[in-house]
Amino acid sequence: MFAVLIDQFWSLTIAGVALGFIYVLISLGYTMVYGVLRMINFANSEIFMWGTFGTVITSRDIFHYTQTSEPATGGKLALVLVSSLLMSMLVAGLTAIFVEFVAYRRLRMKGTNRLATLISAIGISIALQEVMRLLTDSRPVGSPRVLEKIILTEVWGANIRLDTVITIIAAAAIFFILERFIKLSRMGKAIRAVSMNEDAAKLMGVNLNRVITTTFLVGGLATGAAGFFYITVFEYTKFNIGFTMGMAAFTAAVLGGIGNIRGAFYGGLSLGLLEVYASAVLGTQWKAVTVFIILVLVLLFKPNGLFGEAVQTTRA
Amino acid sequence: MKIRNYWNLRDWGASVWESANRPKRVAIALTSIILVALLPFAGASFLATPIAAYDAVLVYPVGIFVLMALGLNIVVGKSGMLDLGYVAFFAIGAYTMAIMGTTTGLNTWEIMPFGIAFAMIAGVILGLPTLRLRGDYLAIVTLGFGEIVRLVVLNSSWSKGPNGIANIPMPPDIGPLKFKLDDQKVFFWVVVIMILLTIWMIRRLSVRRPGRAWEAIRQDEDAAELMGIATLKYKIWSFTLGAAVGGAAGVLYGSKNLFIAPEMFTLNVSILILACVVFGGIGNIWGVIVGATILGYLPDRIRFISDARLLVFGIVLVVVMNFRPDGLLPRKKREKAIVKKGANA
Repeated sequence: MFAVLIDQFWSLTIAGVALGFIYVLISLGYTMVYGVLRMINFANSEIFMWGTFGTVITSRDIFHYTQTSEPATGGKLALVLVSSLLMSMLVAGLTAIFVEFVAYRRLRMKGTNRLATLISAIGISIALQEVMRLLTDSRPVGSPRVLEKIILTEVWGANIRLDTVITIIAAAAIFFILERFIKLSRMGKAIRAVSMNEDAAKLMGVNLNRVITTTFLVGGLATGAAGFFYITVFEYTKFNIGFTMGMAAFTAAVLGGIGNIRGAFYGGLSLGLLEVYASAVLGTQWKAVTVFIILVLVLLFKPNGLFGEAVQTTRA
Repeated sequence: MKIRNYWNLRDWGASVWESANRPKRVAIALTSIILVALLPFAGASFLATPIAAYDAVLVYPVGIFVLMALGLNIVVGKSGMLDLGYVAFFAIGAYTMAIMGTTTGLNTWEIMPFGIAFAMIAGVILGLPTLRLRGDYLAIVTLGFGEIVRLVVLNSSWSKGPNGIANIPMPPDIGPLKFKLDDQKVFFWVVVIMILLTIWMIRRLSVRRPGRAWEAIRQDEDAAELMGIATLKYKIWSFTLGAAVGGAAGVLYGSKNLFIAPEMFTLNVSILILACVVFGGIGNIWGVIVGATILGYLPDRIRFISDARLLVFGIVLVVVMNFRPDGLLPRKKREKAIVKKGANA
C-alpha cells in the first residue's frame, strides 16, 4: 500500500508542490474576499475556469498554435507564455469585477442577510458556467502544447520537468508580489483596514466600494494566474473543471485559516501534497474523501484553521 | 430600505387566515388541498411542460423539491445553520430504498422507517462533532459531508459504484390506486401527503419549546445559551429532523425512479434545494413551498429554450435575490407564535 509512496516519494512531492501552488493562487481568491466581506466568494471556481480559457484563447487563437504544431522555443516561447499568463489574469480579473458588480454590490449596499448574497453568487456562478458550456458545446477543450515538457534533471530518482519548474517558480513569484502589494501599498493597507473593521475604516476615509472592487480584482488576478498554470501542467480545460478545483482551493483556504493570506499559502501547499500522497496510497478515487476528512478533523481540533485568526465565531 | 406594500401576498394571506373562524379555516385548507390534489389533471392547460411528462414533473422535481426544501428549512430557516450537504440525507434514503428493496423484498412503506432512521443516524453522527462550528465553517463541513457520501457510494462495491442500482421495486398498490411509471398521479398524491405531514410537524414544533429554542438560536446563539437553552441539543434535533425529511424524500425518489446512481446526488442538488429555501423566503413555510415549486417547475417549463435554460435559471436567481433579498414571501419580522403562545409549554 505504501510501496508506491516510498518508491516515488520525490516525484510525488514535486507534483504535489506544483499542484499546491495552483491551489495557493486560487485560494487567494477565496481568502481575500472572505477577509474583507466575511463571505464566501462562491463564483471563484468559475472565475478560475474562465481564466483557463484565457490561456487557451491566447495560444490557439492569437498565436495560432494547434495540437500538431511544433512547440515554441526561445524568445517566442517566453512571449507566448507571458501573454497567455497576462490574458488569463485579465480575463479572470474582469470576471471577478463583473461578479462583484452584479452579484454582491447591490445586496451589500442594502445590508441584507448573508444567505441572499450567497444565493446570488451561486446564481452568477451557474450563469458563468452555462455561458461557457454553450460557447464550447459542452466539450472539453484541449490546449495546444506550446511548452515542450523537457526533463531538466533528475533528483533522487524524480524527473524534474520544465513545466513543473515554471509553475513552482512563477506561482511563488506571483504570490510574493501580491503579498507585498497587500503588505506595503496604500491600497493594500486599505484592504487590511477594511478586513479588520469596516466601519472604522470608512470613518478614516477609506473608499469602501473601491477597496472591495480591488479585492475582487486581486483575487481574480491570482485565480487567473492559477488558470494559466493549470493549463501549462494539464493542457486541457472544460466548462465544469471549476468545481473540483474550487472546492479543493476553498478547503485549502479553510485549512490555512480563511481570511489570512499566509494561511492560503500554507494551506494550499499542504493540501496539494496531501492530495498527491493520499491518491498514491489509497488510489485517486479516495483523495477527495481523505481531504475532506482531514479538513473536518482540523476544524474540530483547530477551528480557526492552522494559521487563522478567530473568525469562526464572529459571524454566526 | 423601505418596506414595499405592493406584492405583499404574505400579509394578505395572513389576514385572511387570522380573520377566519374554525370552520372557515377548515374549508380553506380543504379547498386548497383538493385543488393541489387535482393538479395532475391540469396537464392539458398552459401548465403543461413541453418535453418531460407533466405528471412526472409534478412528482420530481416539484413535489420532492418542496418536501426537501421544507426539511432543509428546519435547519437553515428555523435554526439558522447553513447546511450545504443536504443531498447526503436524500442519497442515504434513496440508497436504503435501493439496497433493501432489491435484496430483502420489503416494500417501500416498510423501508421508509429504515430510510428515515438511517438518515437521522447520519444526521446525529455528522451533527455531534460539527454543530459546534458556526456559519461558513459549518457550511463547508456539511458540504464536505455531502461529497463524502457521494464519493463513498461511487467507489464502493455494495452500492455498485458508478453503475448505480437498477430494478428498485415500485410501491405496492393501495387498493384501487396503482403506482405506474407512465401515470404518476398516485406518486404525486403520496408526495402531497408527505408534504402535509411535514408542514404539520413543523407548525407543531414551531410553537412549542423546540421551535422557540431554534428561533432564539437563530437570532443570537450566545444569548440563547446564556438563557439556559441547551443549544447543541436543539441544533442536533433540528439537523436530525431535517435529515429525516430528506431521507423520506430519498426513499420515495428511489422507489419512483426505479434506478439510482451516484451522479444524481451531487452538490448541485444541495445548492438547488438551498436556493429553493432562500428564493421563496427563508423561514416561512409558504414561501419555501412557493420557491421550491417555481424552481422545480421553471427549468422544465422553459425547455423550449432548451440549452439555455440553466443560464436563465442562474440569471433569475441573481435578479430575484437582488430585488427581493428576503425571498418572494419573506417571514415576518417577529415570529408571532412567540408573542402569542409564549405562555404555554
